Amino acid sequence: MAERTVIPFGPQHPVLPEPVHLDLVIEDERVIEAIPQIGFIHRGLEKLVQKLDYQSFVTVTERICGICAFGHSLGYSETIEVLMGVEVPPRAQVLRVIWHELSRVHSHLLWLGLLADGFGFENLFMQCWRLRERVLGIFEQTTGGRVILNACNVGGVNRDIANEDLRGIVLILDGMRDEYQVLLKTFLKDRSVANRLRGIGMLSKEKAREYGVAGPFARASGIAEDIRSFGYGGYGFLHAFEPILSDECDGYARCQVRAEEVVQSMDIVKELVEKIPDGALSAKVKGSPAAGSRAVSRLEQPRGECFYYAKGNGTKYLERFRIRTPSSDNLAGMVYTMQGCDLADVPMNILTIDPCVSCTER
Amino acid sequence: MGIQITGMALKNLLSRPATKLYPVEPQVYTSQTRGHVDNNIEACILCSICVRKCPATALAVDKEARTWTINPFSCVQCMTCVRVCPRDSLSMLPEYTPVASNMSTRTLVKPEEKPEEA
Ligand code: SF4
Ligand code: SF4
Repeated sequence: MAERTVIPFGPQHPVLPEPVHLDLVIEDERVIEAIPQIGFIHRGLEKLVQKLDYQSFVTVTERICGICAFGHSLGYSETIEVLMGVEVPPRAQVLRVIWHELSRVHSHLLWLGLLADGFGFENLFMQCWRLRERVLGIFEQTTGGRVILNACNVGGVNRDIANEDLRGIVLILDGMRDEYQVLLKTFLKDRSVANRLRGIGMLSKEKAREYGVAGPFARASGIAEDIRSFGYGGYGFLHAFEPILSDECDGYARCQVRAEEVVQSMDIVKELVEKIPDGALSAKVKGSPAAGSRAVSRLEQPRGECFYYAKGNGTKYLERFRIRTPSSDNLAGMVYTMQGCDLADVPMNILTIDPCVSCTER
Repeated sequence: MGIQITGMALKNLLSRPATKLYPVEPQVYTSQTRGHVDNNIEACILCSICVRKCPATALAVDKEARTWTINPFSCVQCMTCVRVCPRDSLSMLPEYTPVASNMSTRTLVKPEEKPEEA
């Protein structure tokens, strides 16, 4: 019997944009077990909710993670709105979704670039990031920030995008679309991409359910779960929403789901720009959350379903705020897919799951 | 598809670089850029609402000395202070502050009000 060895992987590793540590138990070249260890970038942000009032805290939630920044401020605001029974004006709801979907485009392009870099396709990596830059440009034009948008607050949004600027955004996205089609074809039809990703990190539909994985990781295993299909907030304005699925269950399927979601998000923005109603941007939020009141809300982040919980105590400070992020759901699935894979496939395996460690550790 | 992406790469060889050679090429500010906070100190009533609301504790007000102080190294450009100021004396200007050689705060002194003419 081959001898067992333990190889430490991470927390600093070229394929890991963020620190997570895995102890890989290997036999020959085959991984028998992966033991994860997290907590390298824990910042205790949830505890800060007791120090900052519920309206200012939105600035902290936005800084949980640099990729899902807008999503977290949106999720937090929606939770407080449920907690206090605030009705958000329709224009604000739609603007929120536009920014959120643009965030998804930039997050997925970032990930596609990292994946291409991971399997050594440098040209593809640079093209993805070049396109992503235009989305960041839109953010800068509309909110003044490329990463931290500071556009969402409890009750609505704090800045508007004029209707002609919205049409300008659609024109920019239409310009990106043609170039993106070339990249999409390369991801989905190029033999070198398929050779590297097919059969990597198989997770069957049953196992995906068992491990409770979320987002594109689940959808690539054929689980039709996408919170956007419930039509919450601005998504209610959409004519129809169908989650993008694949039942191939491997790394290639995850790549395909995310690559196609970029086009889907562009379509959503285009449709919403046509339908955006006029009106107020923010509802007045007065008072404090009642003592003992609790609220939950769910949001589809680029990496999957994110769950928010808040509890009030009658003052302007919250008693408790908690986020369950998609990456913490996905870690269990990731460790499972690692069992039995080749050591050389470990980086690809981690990348196709796209763990966001900042969100996970907050 | 291999051909298409090669074509894209070749086109990039002939086009302008996608990145900017900062600071040789200057930063273009948009009208929305959040550069730095400024206070029109004459309008300020030193009420300290901005100090209480600032999530980064970057502000300080001294009523006795009639000063309003900002620590630009703590400020995260969130604009909370600009929104809450009852006198609209704060504003977010698009220019980034120049590179500093030491970590100092910026203090504005509110001029003494002229005594009402009888
Ligand atoms: S809130 Fe406005 S008026 Fe009050 S101290 Fe701050 S800057 Fe001055
Ligand atoms: S912009 Fe935000 S961080 Fe900066 S001084 Fe104003 S409230 Fe504080």
